[in-house]
Formats: sequence, C-alpha cells, structure tokens
Amino acid sequence: MFRKTALLLLFCGLFSGGAAYAAAETIKVGILHSLSGTMAISETTLKDVMLMLVEEQNKKGGLLGKKLEAVVVDPASDWPLFAERARELLTQRKVAAVFGCWTSVSRKSVLPVFEGENGLLFYPVQYEGEESSKNVIYTGAAPNQQAIPAVDYLMKDLGAKRFVLAGTDYVFPRTANKILEAYLLGKGVDKSDIMINYTPFGYSDWQSIIAEIKKFGAAGKKTAIISTINGDANVPFYKELANQGVTASAIPVMAFSVGEEELSGIDTKPLVGHLAAWNYFMSVDTPENAEFIKKWHAFIRDQKRVTNDPMEAHYIGFNLWVKAVEKAKSTAVDEVLKAIVGLSVPNLTGGVATLLPNHHLTKPVLIGEIQADGQFQVVWETPKEVPGDAWSDYLPESKALEADWTDPINCGNYNTVTKKCGGAGK
Amino acid sequence: MSFRRRTLFWLFLLVFLPAQTAGGSELRLEPETLQALRSSRVADRNPAIEALGRIDGEAATGLLGALLDGALYVDKEDGTLLILSEDGQSRDALSGAGLASPDKTRLRKVGTNNSQREILLSLLSARRLRHPDADARQAAVEALLERGQADKDLLYSLLRDETAPEVRQRLEGALALLRARDPASTPEEILDAVRLLADNAPPNAGQVLENLRKAADPAVAAAAEKALYNLRVSAERASMLETLFFGLSLGSVLVLTSIGLAVTFGVMGVINMAHGELVMLGAYTVWGMQRLLPGQPGAALLLSIPAAFLVSGSIGALLERGIIRHLYGRPLETLLATFGVSLILQQAVRTLISPMNRAVESPAFMSGMLHITRNFSLTSNRIYILCFCLCVFALIYLIMHKTRLGLEVRAVTQNRPIARTMGVNAPAVDTFTFALGSGVAGMAGVALSQLTNVGPNLGQGYIVDSFMVVVFGGVGNLRGTLCGGLILGLANKLLEPASGAMLAKIILLAGVILFMQAKPKGLFPERGRAAEN
Repeated sequence: MFRKTALLLLFCGLFSGGAAYAAAETIKVGILHSLSGTMAISETTLKDVMLMLVEEQNKKGGLLGKKLEAVVVDPASDWPLFAERARELLTQRKVAAVFGCWTSVSRKSVLPVFEGENGLLFYPVQYEGEESSKNVIYTGAAPNQQAIPAVDYLMKDLGAKRFVLAGTDYVFPRTANKILEAYLLGKGVDKSDIMINYTPFGYSDWQSIIAEIKKFGAAGKKTAIISTINGDANVPFYKELANQGVTASAIPVMAFSVGEEELSGIDTKPLVGHLAAWNYFMSVDTPENAEFIKKWHAFIRDQKRVTNDPMEAHYIGFNLWVKAVEKAKSTAVDEVLKAIVGLSVPNLTGGVATLLPNHHLTKPVLIGEIQADGQFQVVWETPKEVPGDAWSDYLPESKALEADWTDPINCGNYNTVTKKCGGAGK
Repeated sequence: MSFRRRTLFWLFLLVFLPAQTAGGSELRLEPETLQALRSSRVADRNPAIEALGRIDGEAATGLLGALLDGALYVDKEDGTLLILSEDGQSRDALSGAGLASPDKTRLRKVGTNNSQREILLSLLSARRLRHPDADARQAAVEALLERGQADKDLLYSLLRDETAPEVRQRLEGALALLRARDPASTPEEILDAVRLLADNAPPNAGQVLENLRKAADPAVAAAAEKALYNLRVSAERASMLETLFFGLSLGSVLVLTSIGLAVTFGVMGVINMAHGELVMLGAYTVWGMQRLLPGQPGAALLLSIPAAFLVSGSIGALLERGIIRHLYGRPLETLLATFGVSLILQQAVRTLISPMNRAVESPAFMSGMLHITRNFSLTSNRIYILCFCLCVFALIYLIMHKTRLGLEVRAVTQNRPIARTMGVNAPAVDTFTFALGSGVAGMAGVALSQLTNVGPNLGQGYIVDSFMVVVFGGVGNLRGTLCGGLILGLANKLLEPASGAMLAKIILLAGVILFMQAKPKGLFPERGRAAEN
C-alpha cells in the first residue's frame, strides 16, 4: 500500500505543472492553457510565451513597483476542467488577469466563471464572433478580420467563382461558414457554386471527399477551398490533395487554422502554394518582429522554434493589460476595464492595435502562401488595420447587434434598431 | 615567345569555348527585368516573367523552370541571380557558369505567387510540347488543353509530328472537340468529329456534346447522344471503381491497426487500451529512423518496418511482464491499468520529444498517382498500404497457423491447463503473444506515418475503430478481422457520398451494434479465452 501511494505521489509530482511561489506582494497573472491532452500541441507554446512576457516585464522592474508572478494551471484539454481551473485561479489564487483558452468550447465553458467572479480573460485565438463579454478581451481575429478579407482575395485576385467550404464539425467552422455562405450569396455567388462539407475531429481518410471536390472543381469555373479544418486533420487533407494531383494553382486552399506552428510538425511539400489568412506571420520583416523572435529563441533555447498568430495576440494582450494597469494605477478588474478601452500598443507586423469598445482589436489582415520551409510569404495585405466586429453584419440575426462596453451603452449585445440591450434581434 | 603565347591562346580557346557553349549562351536581360527579379516584393515579378516568356532558348527556359521550382535565388549584397539545384550545386542564372558554394545567409529566394506560377507553367508547357520525352509532351499537352489555349493549327502541327499513341489520342480528342464546336465546320465535319468523340472524348467534352444533342441534324444529335452516354458510363464506372478502392484502402488501414489487437484482445482476451499508443510509437520510429538517415526517406521507411516491430514489441513485452500479467482474469482492472499506461505513454512522448507533431517525409514512390485510364487513377501511397496490410496479415496468419509458436499460442488460448501439462511454457507464450500483437501495432504505425500526423494523439483516433473491427469480425479470429475491417471500410465509403463523413460514421456504428444483437459473436465466431465466457 505504501509503495502504491509513493508511486502515485511520484506521478503527481511528475505531471503537475509546478507553479513557483514567490514572496508576498506580487501581482499574479493566471495562465490557463492545456499542457496535456489533445490541445497541448497548440497551447503549450502560449504558456511559454506568457512566461517569457512576464519574465521580461519583471526585468523592466515589474508593474506598479511589484513583481509579476505567473500562475500556471493545466486544464488538460478537458472543457469542464477549464471552468474549474478558472475558478481556482480567480477565487483561490486571486490572479489579477488570466491569459488563456484556445478552443471556442473552452472559452464558452469559462465564460460564466469569469462573469460570475468578475475576472478578466485575454483570449488570444481567432474565433467565430457572435459574442462579447464584459470580462473578456478578444485579442484574436473576429471573422471580419480573417475570413471575409480572405474570401475577397480569392474572388478578386484569384478570380474564384466556385467555393468549397470544408470544416471540422464544431462551433467555429459552423459559425464561420454560416457567415461566409451569407457573404458569398450576397456577392452574387450561386448556391449551386457553394459546396459545404463537415468532417469529424482528427479525420484522416480524405480520399472520397477530395475526389468529390475534384469533380466539383472540374465544372469549368475557377474553384477555391476555404478551409476551417482544425488541427490534426489538416496533414492528411493536404497530403491527399497532393496525391490526387490537385495543385495549389488549380484549386487553392485558403486556411484559417494552419499557421507556422502547425506547419513545423509536418512535411510541407504537399502544401506549398496553398494559402492562409492571419493577422501575423513570422516572416514579416519588421524590427519589432525580429526583436520578438530573437527574444523567443533566447527564452525557449531553441533556434528552430517558430512564432505564430496567437503568440502575437498574447503579446498584444499582455502589453495592453500592462498599459491599462499603469493607467489605472490598480489591478482591480473594473478599473482596468475602464482604462483599457481605447488604448493602443504596437503590432509586431507594424502599425498599432487599438482596443475597441466592443473588446476586440484593430488588426491588419495578411494573406500568405505556404513555402517549402514552413514559413509564409505574404502575397496580400489590407492597406490598414481592420476593426474587429463582434456581431457579424452578414447574418440576419446579428446584423442589428453591436457590443459597446463604454458608458452609456455598456452592453455586449446592444440592438441598434430597438435600442435595447439583450439581443432582441435573435 | 610570341609563338608560345599564341599556342596558349588557342589552347585556352579550345578548352574554354566548348564549355561555354555547353553551358548555353549568356542570357541578356533588360535592367528592368533584372530589377523585377531581384525585388523582395512578389507582385513586382509580373513584368519579368512576361519578358522572360518572350525570350527563346535553353537559358530562358532554365530560368523559368528555376523560378517555378523556387530554385532561383538572389544574392542580397551584389544582386547576382543564381540557381541552386537539388544536389546543392549552384550556377549563375544568366551565364550558366558554375559557382563556388554560396553563403546561404546572403541569399534570398526569388518568390512567386500562385497566379505567377500558373503563367510560368503554361509558358514552360508551351516550350515542352516538342520535348523528346513522351511523358513530358503528354504533360505539356495536358497543361495546354487545361488552360484552353490550344488553337487548331498548333494542335495539327503537333499531331503531325507525334509518334506516342497516348499523346496522339489526347490530341485527336481535343481536335475533334474543337471541330465539333467550331461554327465554321460543315455538318459532315461535325458528324465525323462527334463520332470520333464517342470513342475518345476528353473529360471537358460534356458541355459541347450536351449542346450538340439538341442539334437540328438527327445524325449529329444521335452521335452526340451516344458520345455523351459513353462519357457518362465511363465516368460512372470510374467513380464506382474509385469508391471501391477508397473503401478497400480505408479498410486496409482499419485492418492494419486492428490485427495487433486481434492478437492481444482477440486471442489473449486482454483489453489493451494502450494499443493506440503502440501504433503511435511505431510511427515515431519512422521519424527517428528518418533523422538517423537524412536524405533517404525511402530507405528509412523500409528499415522502420522491422524497427517499429521491435520497438513496439519490446514495449508490449514489458507491459505484459510488468502489469498485464498480474491482472489476468480481471478485465476491468486490465482496462483501467492499460488506459493509464496509454496516458503515460502519450505524456511521455509530449514531455520527452515534443507536444507538437513531428515531420515525417513521404518518399517519392509513396506520392502521386497511378493512372489506369484517363478518368480513373489510384493514389500510390494507398496501393502500397493495401499491399502492406495484406502482407502483414499473411505473415501473422502464417505465424499463428504454421509455426510451432503459433501452435503453442493457440493451445494456451484454447485450454491453458492442458497446454501446460503438455510442456508448453504458458507464461512465456503469453509474453510472446502480447509482444507479437504490440509489434504488429508498431508496423501499423509505420503505415499511418505516411497518411496522417505523427504526434502524441495519433493512437487515440484509431483505438475505438480497432476494437469495433475486432469485435465485428469475431473475437479470436484473424480472418474475421480481415473481413470485418474491409467490410467496414467499404461500407463507410459507400455511405459517405450520400450521408457525409460524420453521419456515415454514426450509421456504421449503429449498424455494427444492431449486427451484434443478431450475431453477438461477430462474423466468424471462434473459441478463445474471451469467447468462452
């Protein structure tokens, strides 16, 4: 019995994320990213980048004369566990702000906790929109900052007339595709020229779907695939495309979930020439970005590690929070929230990110082609930053809705027609 | 003195002139073209590509090819354009002269975007129409026709000189289509063309034939009807064969991942939840092997087959000796313990290697397609995996049924006490059987590394399907696993076009559950330790 307990303790010690306990009088920053389970692949990096940002801020003398202390918890890719860990961070560890979540379902799971405990969450991933919470700062892209400009590029620059909307079957692709379909129909694309396809998570047998797409694309009109395929399903998807002889110039794929980090783990040959739309690429040549990459490599002690869009989102979010705390001279959530709207911090790709009253950012939109070395070559970008729109203007049910967390509206789903808060447009 | 100098001069000419001409004459480009090639902005490249397209000759073709392949680089400091070939050789892009190996940090790739590559491809294919190699000509003609740039005179002149039958056929089909569509053609010409199309219609002929079907001339309409019918039948036949192949290949993957389980679960009755992770370790073996043998992905892949068998097999043996042995007869505890092991293995890979996926290269012979007829082709990686699956199955079947070891395994399975009284070392047989099943899981991982991601989560996606195949096929029966896997694969692919991938999976699962109600012991029920109770 004793041996078993000892073993158990040993395992606990091995697998729990050790959080450093520093002396009193620190400002605690919560980091809520999965370090185990299926999402560890994406989220571990974000934990590391947060630790780097905290360390750097401490080197600069901390914040309000106090040191920052990172509190790392592991929600283990388990959605209910996200809510539990979030509650632990807010009520027991008393963190001033939390940086975390990746999937929309994990964000939805912690939302009631943050709203109930009046916490502050910085959410760094591009998402489907149709949400705005007083307690969440969305530092990733809303659909109009990624999907819509990407479709414009396909139509105007590549002359695409027929579209395949391929996605993994969960909330982000479903909502994004709903918005895109409405947008395409509004642009005069015929319903028969849109093919929508959903596949399960981690789907790996793409043979018949690609064959179908090939037939769909052989109708004589330029065809493009808009992919919201998530995570591990991407590699078999692109491999099958290449194997069946579908080239990037014949049927280009525009992806919203394939970034440098995802490409670093795969044989990129079959993907070369396909497209992705993001607000940041590691290959963008600016002094800020070069500096960030240098620091990241020094921190992680690996020259080969890449940087990606959600990392930039955390960089922007953290800098915004620091600036807001300095402005408010307090870490109290209400005061920080009051101070943070309207603040601007530099992007890594040049220009500035300004936090809008709807808790979204202004962001530049970049379209890149995948290169053989796993990097992107920017082929198109918006002339200036695009303001994030929480409620899509292309869906009838959310057309009239706006989010505004400043006085006098102070509402996440304000109906501009009925002038009421509460999303009566639904 | 002057005489010697003159001989030296002639010698010099003799030595260097041939080399010069062999390298192709020096390419002279306008300053704007050079500027556009050196620019760091992709969009600036358009005029340069246009200008290069107007220049004839090997050197310009070479430059266009290099641009298309992304082999053209510019020296950031002195602006030299150079071409890096795959074997690491570099030469000056304009003069063709070889260069000493350049400093990589000074080089920047001359990038192109999608639409530029398309222009490059059509420029190059126009230049390759008279290439000595028939395959290159075929590809060039295909590219030409796909872009709709072919005019009649060009096609006739190509057809006149063409000798390869398959290229001739393609050209004749395209010409017939052009004639059929041409408003200037006489009715006889159209009829003739349409008759030709009935036997040899290019894939894009449908629309033209559809229009001709409504033609005033009944003979033309009838011929068009027949051609359309042929076209439709061959397309349908191709798509049916395709679906069949897709189903078999999905089935082969299912069989591969479940043969190991058929041995451990089917024969021994051990519910091994860590089976997926043993598959994953096999896939990581390919990654490791490719790191040991850089530049030879093919050899590494082949060597990985025995290596993965050993890696996963020995971990399986350890697992059996360390944990499972102590839990025989307690299936629930085995299930929980092996589930724990599966989490430990996953997290170990995350911690020791990386939580991110690892890049496993596909060797050249595993990518691309095998063209059987014009509208029916098979992807080569799937063909290899199908063959590999059958080989692995045959191997395991032979071991289980034709060797002494297999005999002992079956003996222990059927009646442990009597087998022991006959002198069979039952614990050793247990370890061997479990190691064998695990090793086969590792070999399945080698195949999966060519289809999907190599990452810590690889195994999880296959564990449920594998159990389903084994149970459906009949616990304890290897043939059942083979048939079960192939049937489930085929059923999945037959359902998929109509119902979508998500629903197909659900229908299949429901179907298997219903089937198990009628035949609880699966397709091929057989006695085994698990089947006894």
